[in-house]
Amino acid sequence: MSEITMESNTFSQTSSPGRELAGKVAIVTGGSRGIGQAIALDLACNGAHIAINYRQSAAEAKKVIQQAESMGVHGLAVQADVASFEDAQGMVEAVVAELGGLHILVNNAGINRDSVIWKMTEEQWDEVIAVDLKGTFNYIRATAPIFKEQGSGKIVNVTSINGLRGKFGQSNYTAAKGGVIALTKTIARELGRFNVNVNAIAPGLIETDMVKEAPEKVRELALSEIVLGRLGTPEEVAWVVTFLCSERARHITGEIITVDGGQYL
Amino acid sequence: MLLENKVAWITGGGNGIGRATALRFAREGARVVISDLDEQGLNAAAEEIVAAQGQVEAVVGSVTERLDVQRIVNAVLAKFGRLDILINNAGVNRDALVTRVKDGEIRLMSDEHWELVMNVNLKGTWLCSQLAAVPMMAQKYGRIVNTSSIGALGNIGQANYAASKAGVIGLTKTLALEWARYNIAVNCVAPGATKTTMTAGIPEKLLEGLLGKIPFQRLGEPDEIAAAHAFLASDQASYITGQVLFVDGGISVGV
Repeated sequence: MSEITMESNTFSQTSSPGRELAGKVAIVTGGSRGIGQAIALDLACNGAHIAINYRQSAAEAKKVIQQAESMGVHGLAVQADVASFEDAQGMVEAVVAELGGLHILVNNAGINRDSVIWKMTEEQWDEVIAVDLKGTFNYIRATAPIFKEQGSGKIVNVTSINGLRGKFGQSNYTAAKGGVIALTKTIARELGRFNVNVNAIAPGLIETDMVKEAPEKVRELALSEIVLGRLGTPEEVAWVVTFLCSERARHITGEIITVDGGQYL
Repeated sequence: MLLENKVAWITGGGNGIGRATALRFAREGARVVISDLDEQGLNAAAEEIVAAQGQVEAVVGSVTERLDVQRIVNAVLAKFGRLDILINNAGVNRDALVTRVKDGEIRLMSDEHWELVMNVNLKGTWLCSQLAAVPMMAQKYGRIVNTSSIGALGNIGQANYAASKAGVIGLTKTLALEWARYNIAVNCVAPGATKTTMTAGIPEKLLEGLLGKIPFQRLGEPDEIAAAHAFLASDQASYITGQVLFVDGGISVGV
């Protein structure tokens, strides 16, 4: 999933024109493309300084950072594999040093390696769990001491409706995303007393370049399920994340918000 | 502003969460209609909105009476020409054990207390949604936000309230399915224990125990519920329908 290179995304819509996140510093993993890119740019549009990681493609990540900087915020692209515990620690340290603090963590990076269970390889299983589930843990683990110490922080994890409902051919992905849901609830309980909001969003099928390149039958099947009759845009997902990172959502924690046009109702 | 030029009707807008919602909506640019049975509360809420430079129309009426509800919808359309948002907020509670042993006798929750709570909370939500949907269908645009509660998950002494608020969740999902084709989104906010008259009477000792179960260790503010109403009513939530959003400081996590 993450191997497909995106065309540059014109960022046509943004959330409220306000700057309600002014001065905040946000990490968005997997922020160089797709939904993560839209999240990073919507946070930037609302005044947050943003840091994103990339594994190989520095050019893509730098482009997002340039777009963010054109909105008057600071940006930082860090080479880091989300599956690496050490990389996560290093990235968080670099962000605090370069951007002066940390207030928001969006665990967005994710991959899929679909296969029915009777054909799934150990590598397919391990790779998806390492990125989607352990990667989320890695960044929460690296960030939690900072949030705990400062008595505030926002964590938003990106899961999937398939993590709620299960999906044919995605035992690894749904196990990881279901794990992220349970992780969200537990961390919400553990960090609640420190005034840290921990929530997740569960998107349905979203119109990313990756999905645009998917077989027509994937789209058709999804469209037959989505009651609003259309795929969502990355921006529509980003707006929900921005809301959860804002003070407007300060009494919301441990929640899984489905953003799917009614695909899973 | 989040709700620029939208026309929003908020039931139970005279007090508590409804009043906070009406005020926040006006500040976010919406033209607001508030309805309530409490005329005094309604007038005070309207004055507050006017003082905040908001546009407001206040209508006295019951959410359980079809003629009243139709009259309110007509008033919205007469005043503002359209209806974009409905916030089904009006609600009551009449807490009692279903059966209670006192002085060696078994006391029973009354039919009146069951029916009143079901009528206001569940039938009222159904009725206001039904009649508000008519102009929304014609506009091909509408956003409805219902109010459930953490009580929907079950709570001793709240059989009537819990049943009504769980009913609101089923209703929300069904209306979302029925009206998606008209571009009407239907969602639900489920507040936890919030600082209103409904929780003002909780004895100190009970309150302490309650706070201990809330990860954020405090009650919610009406404006925090209002902020969730505003988000779900806004076009920022354009891809969300049929959802229940708990705004409860985490108390429902793990329940």
